Amino acid sequence: MRASLQRHFYVAQRATALLLAPLVVVHLVLIMIAVKNGLTADEILSRTRGNVLWAVFYGLFVVAAAVHAPLGVRNVLREWTPLSQQLVDAFCVFLFLLLLLAGLRAVVAVY
Amino acid sequence: MTNKISVSIWRGKSDGEYQTYEVELRENQTVLDIVTEVQRQHEPSLAYRFACRVGVCGSCAMTVNGVPRWTCRTHVNQVTKNNSLTIGPLRNLPVIKDLVVDMKPFFKKWQTAGASFTGGKTRHDPVATISSESPGRKAADAGIECINCAVCYSACDVVGWDDSYAGPAALNRIWTLVNDERQVNKRAVLDAAFADGGCGSCHSQGNCTRHCPVELSPSESIAALKRSAFMGLPKTGAVESNKIDTGADRES
Ligand code: SF4
Ligand code: SF4
Ligand code: FES
Repeated sequence: MRASLQRHFYVAQRATALLLAPLVVVHLVLIMIAVKNGLTADEILSRTRGNVLWAVFYGLFVVAAAVHAPLGVRNVLREWTPLSQQLVDAFCVFLFLLLLLAGLRAVVAVY
Repeated sequence: MTNKISVSIWRGKSDGEYQTYEVELRENQTVLDIVTEVQRQHEPSLAYRFACRVGVCGSCAMTVNGVPRWTCRTHVNQVTKNNSLTIGPLRNLPVIKDLVVDMKPFFKKWQTAGASFTGGKTRHDPVATISSESPGRKAADAGIECINCAVCYSACDVVGWDDSYAGPAALNRIWTLVNDERQVNKRAVLDAAFADGGCGSCHSQGNCTRHCPVELSPSESIAALKRSAFMGLPKTGAVESNKIDTGADRES
């Protein structure tokens, strides 16, 4: 493993946190607006279909979350469980792929 | 009538117990004086460690009323509660006997974390001239006077529950190395500080800094290490003459 990998992980986790903060706020506000006005699924889809802006917004969201969450989970598991490092790393790679693929699939589905 | 104080002292290994002694109170007594008095007058087999008695060697640290302290510079009247004192071995290190802990894990982590100086010159080269005003020297100065007492290590909860954590003193040392113009290959030193069990494990609560007897701030050093993951290695400043060529260490 490259010696600098952990440092890059650290940077990636903090940088994605920075990115996620505004994205989460926009996402939450958006949900509140959508629910308040009683939008149906069809109405929502009609707004997202073919909308590059929303696809990019949620694509970015998914990538940032997929990077951020497994790194955090990795720290917690390392610190609080007796699991071996290999097991923790394998689980976090799995989590990364799961979040990335499931998230992107959802983004593609509403585009 | 002489004034007495009730002193409970840990006896045995990790499965030992506290024993209480009535010790005479004197003027200007330190906690180390009390332990010495107990050993001389009450319990000749009591094991404890000290050397300089003036706050230089870092060998006398113990847990006093639940707080890690250097006992040779801690006055009894500062810490006595209800005319009693409880003195135990440092936390987070294996107890050898009574008040003596095994310091090996503490020092070993300095080594494994890469917290030792590597220079690029030999004794035949001229001595590096480092300006006392250079930013690197100032930053290193802030952390360099560590007496290796392990008080911070004992105060740190993360050390307590994560065996792999290097601990505040070793990481503080790494920060001084990163600021030392003579240190070679600082990029590798920084990478080592970010390895699992390195500065990324610190919770930044500052218990180390709160208890360091010589008022260093390991938590600030660790925060600075973390910052340099983003900002690049700190500028160490120009050396007037005899500049040591540290190769790639200026890249950021
Ligand atoms: S700030 Fe970091 S090194 Fe200091 S006591 Fe807390 S976790 Fe330990
Ligand atoms: S940083 Fe302070 S508390 Fe920690 S070992 Fe050095 S002198 Fe002792
Ligand atoms: S005996 Fe040396 S620091 Fe206390």
